[in-house]
Amino acid sequence: MKVLLSWLREFTPIPESMSPDELGLVMGDLGMAVEDMDVLGEGLDGIVVARVLDLRVHPDADRVQLVDVDAGQIADGGEPLQIACGAFNMSVGDLVPLATIGTTMPNGMEIGRRKLRGEWSNGMLCSPSELNLPGEPTGILILPGTLTPGTPLVEALGIEADVLYDLEVNPNRPDAMSVAGVARDVAARLGLPFRLPEPEIAEGTTAVDDLVRVTIDDPDRCGRFTARVLQGVTVGPSDPKIANRLTLLGMRPINNIVDVSNYVMLELGRPSHPYDLATLGGAGFRVRRATDGETLTTLDDVERTLSAADLLICDGDDAPIGLAGIMGGADTEISESTTDIVVEMAWFERMPLAKSARRLGLRSEASARFERGCDTDDMALAHARFVELLGDAGGTLAAGMVDVQGNLPDRTPIAVRPGRVNALLGSDLGADEMKALLDPIGFTTEIGDDSLTVALPTYRLDSETEVDIVEEVGRQYGYSRLGQTMPVSTLAGGLTVRQRERRALRSILTGLGCSEATPMPFLAPGDLERAGLPGDGITITNPLVAEESVLRTSLLPGLLKAVRHNVNHRNEDIALFEIGHVFRRPHDPDAELPDEREVFAAIVVGADANDAVTIWRTVCDGLAVPDSDVANAEMPAMHPTRSGVARVGGAPVGSIGEVDPDVLAAYDIPHRVAWLEVDVERFLAHPHGEPTYTRVSRFPSSDIDLAFEVAEGVSATEVADAIDDAAGELVGFVRLFDTYRGEGVGDDARSLTYRIRLQAPDRTLTDGEVGDVRTRIIERVEGTFPASLRG
Amino acid sequence: MIDELSRITSQAQARIEAATTVDELDEVGRSTLGKKGSLKAFKKQLGKLEPDERKSVGQAVNDAMADLGARSDERRHELEKQARTERLEAERLDLTESLGSSRRGHLHLVTQATMELEDVFVGLGFTVAEGPEVETDAYNFEALNFPEGHPARDMYDTLYVDFGEPGKTLLRTHTSPVQVRVMQEQPPPIYSIMPGRTFRQDTADATHLPVFHQIEGLVIDRGISLTDLAGTIDRFTKAYFGGDFSSRLRPSYFPFTEPSAEFDIIRPDGTFLELGGCGMVHPNVLRNCGIDPEEFSGFAFGFGIERLAITKAGVDDLRELITNDVRFLRQF
Repeated sequence: MKVLLSWLREFTPIPESMSPDELGLVMGDLGMAVEDMDVLGEGLDGIVVARVLDLRVHPDADRVQLVDVDAGQIADGGEPLQIACGAFNMSVGDLVPLATIGTTMPNGMEIGRRKLRGEWSNGMLCSPSELNLPGEPTGILILPGTLTPGTPLVEALGIEADVLYDLEVNPNRPDAMSVAGVARDVAARLGLPFRLPEPEIAEGTTAVDDLVRVTIDDPDRCGRFTARVLQGVTVGPSDPKIANRLTLLGMRPINNIVDVSNYVMLELGRPSHPYDLATLGGAGFRVRRATDGETLTTLDDVERTLSAADLLICDGDDAPIGLAGIMGGADTEISESTTDIVVEMAWFERMPLAKSARRLGLRSEASARFERGCDTDDMALAHARFVELLGDAGGTLAAGMVDVQGNLPDRTPIAVRPGRVNALLGSDLGADEMKALLDPIGFTTEIGDDSLTVALPTYRLDSETEVDIVEEVGRQYGYSRLGQTMPVSTLAGGLTVRQRERRALRSILTGLGCSEATPMPFLAPGDLERAGLPGDGITITNPLVAEESVLRTSLLPGLLKAVRHNVNHRNEDIALFEIGHVFRRPHDPDAELPDEREVFAAIVVGADANDAVTIWRTVCDGLAVPDSDVANAEMPAMHPTRSGVARVGGAPVGSIGEVDPDVLAAYDIPHRVAWLEVDVERFLAHPHGEPTYTRVSRFPSSDIDLAFEVAEGVSATEVADAIDDAAGELVGFVRLFDTYRGEGVGDDARSLTYRIRLQAPDRTLTDGEVGDVRTRIIERVEGTFPASLRG
Repeated sequence: MIDELSRITSQAQARIEAATTVDELDEVGRSTLGKKGSLKAFKKQLGKLEPDERKSVGQAVNDAMADLGARSDERRHELEKQARTERLEAERLDLTESLGSSRRGHLHLVTQATMELEDVFVGLGFTVAEGPEVETDAYNFEALNFPEGHPARDMYDTLYVDFGEPGKTLLRTHTSPVQVRVMQEQPPPIYSIMPGRTFRQDTADATHLPVFHQIEGLVIDRGISLTDLAGTIDRFTKAYFGGDFSSRLRPSYFPFTEPSAEFDIIRPDGTFLELGGCGMVHPNVLRNCGIDPEEFSGFAFGFGIERLAITKAGVDDLRELITNDVRFLRQF
């Protein structure tokens, strides 16, 4: 919402001594944050209206035009003035602002006569932003055609020194959608008087009821419909002051009728709609729901297809002429030939209107106000203001106001407990202090024995309950004046086990040299397939771009993309990890939400499956997860002969190994890539994190090294497990320390050499004991697997 | 006899001096002082001498043996020292030629900021709560006092997913649904923060990301007031930014809080950063979560983590956070 200081001052005497910044802080502290502030009318001395006489491209610079202008000198027999200009948005005959030689621009730049590639420029044509005026910031400001060349711009536009604020208005501040509403709030804070306009208007003799009839079919959606009629109006340009204020506040002047309608909306927050009475069929209005599929061409010349949820203003013959509170129809627009107008001011229910506007993708200044909640009782004043502003052009006002009531929100005063107010605000205000804060903003308060009775203003439909009043008291008092206290938590703060483990996991992975990546969890269609995964991701129904329309089912596509980026930039030692959520369709068809899981993944470029296994073992060790191992398996997206599953307690919890060469080719990654992806939920579902203590033996240990020829396909891990089991309680560790394929070993086999360390907690082992264990191991391995001890 | 002794000792002395290895020295020892050595053999001849002469020559032999032993030990030390010097020189390593570089991985900037924030609030007695990123409309909006069609829903450019009833499953627009889950699952008092990933329909640019992180806080207890909120925000501000920073609240609007506020962090030079939103939990939200608003009150606050993280690290474009370029990641 934009407001002008001069306009605010029409309602409350904001002191001259208050600087623009100070006023901005006051409004911010009231909840109307200043998004932008422009001090207007400064530095415009020396800017005059000029008419474009001729345009030609600079002979030596195609981005510059040479513009001949009349800055008033032609009438005195002067020659056209040549200006060099970098903008191309003006045409011959346009009026534009010219900064004459010697002018100091608002930004401090001095305008002098200068030569640009051999051509003289005798001043500068100005864009709105160069003048701190509203409008398209680039391109030269095109002025209204009625102005006279040579006139100082300040005089021509009626620009006065002023301050234009752009305020951020929250959805619960319908009152702040108007200059008067902002003024009321500021006046209350500053302890200044506040006065609404009191227009004096004369009525003719014709009764309005004889001119228009109004029917409300849906009293819930249309709570009130008023209309007044002006006969013999003169449609023409607006008073420059009105047109200028509209322009400054971001609305385009159209004609005096439409402009006054907009002016009243900006000033009082009251939208209205003027219709040409001559084109209004049936001399009346009917407010009803649209039928499904009914169409209406709105003011912007777009045909809209409506539904039964949309509310229509129809004429007396039931032909739709406007979308209630959103936009009028094209057929009843005010035109040059209009003589009689009927002005609608109505109240529409907020939420359904908001839904209609959203569904139709149609937002207007009016709908923005209706959505927040317009005043239910400002019509009489707003009609009078409309007529007053139109002045003589308004013709004759028909007597009376058509006023049909539907169902309006309940505004019964509510009880507010001062103790409750103080408890929530942390304040210690008396009932009289609360009343002093509430009365000026219309929440007229009566102090009772136990509670306050607070009136609910018709322009604050957002406020309905006690807590709304608490907020108003706090807001007007000032949040910063309330002070600070510290609540004391009676609970012990801390991280959960899972949160601590996640931090540990991050430490382990960074310790292993992986850096944390955070790829977008959104994928493009086809990304999963390209990564060798099933393309069954849940999709986003309203993505901004198709490239971000699929939820990931694995961290692989995102990390592959990250790897490709790093490879493309010739980055070295690329090792990344990620901890994040993946989303899959759940097995249970009645599940309320997708199957969302936390997973972690590590990806290392130029590393092989063994490196992936090392990462896995380190993670398991770091988080004290016992009973973890790997098993060979073919996995989607994974290298068919260098991959497997990571397991805990024999149950798969993730995929491990190398990425499929075909997938790497699809991502243009010319290296081996080690990969580990683990489902955190499953991984940590097994009992873990409690290391079991075994006293370290003080007695010497004995090692047995055994090389077996083992058939291909037999898991080395399973062989190790069998050795461990056969060795029994004396085993310290079983470690595979050499593998060999080639001469001396059968074609379909490899040699696996294990070192078995034996140790007893209470004695030195005898050769006999060690020999027994050795024999047991050999028998077990040879008896269980296609394997034999090598000689 | 003495001459013979002199000849043997001077010869042995010469050999000790000339020895270049410990082995050579040992050989001298063996051939001179050893069981079959020349001095042992000489000593055996002493028995043939007169007692007087035997005594004096015996004394001379003992002196010679002691002298040779000492000379041998000294030479041994020299040789061992020399051998060590040669061995060490042979294995000399120029550390400036080392090929190894730091292998430490780096935590993402956002993770580091999140952990730091968590630690601040844990220190204030808060726990850390989490929840799903794909949420139902009920948790993301309805329970938070945004009924369907509520205009404030427009403040959130919500992304919906193709799951369940159309338009009812979405990517959470804030971590507030976790607040609802906490309130539903745990009776007051509640002192928790909710960090996590959030989503908006947005185009990535220098100041926006469609996927970003928020941290929210929730306190529900008896007698909690707006000044408690202001105090908590200020305590956090000083703990995270430094003791010379302060904070302030400005009125704002959120459907789930009333009174609502924005909070600014005020830098020592007086400029400020608009950090986030906060307010007293709306009675409707408390009721929706089964908490009696007459018995308990509370506050909530929330803010984005990315902007905080990049401001502190001097990064000027949010998109740096999602390129995953190791040249970026390794700087932090």
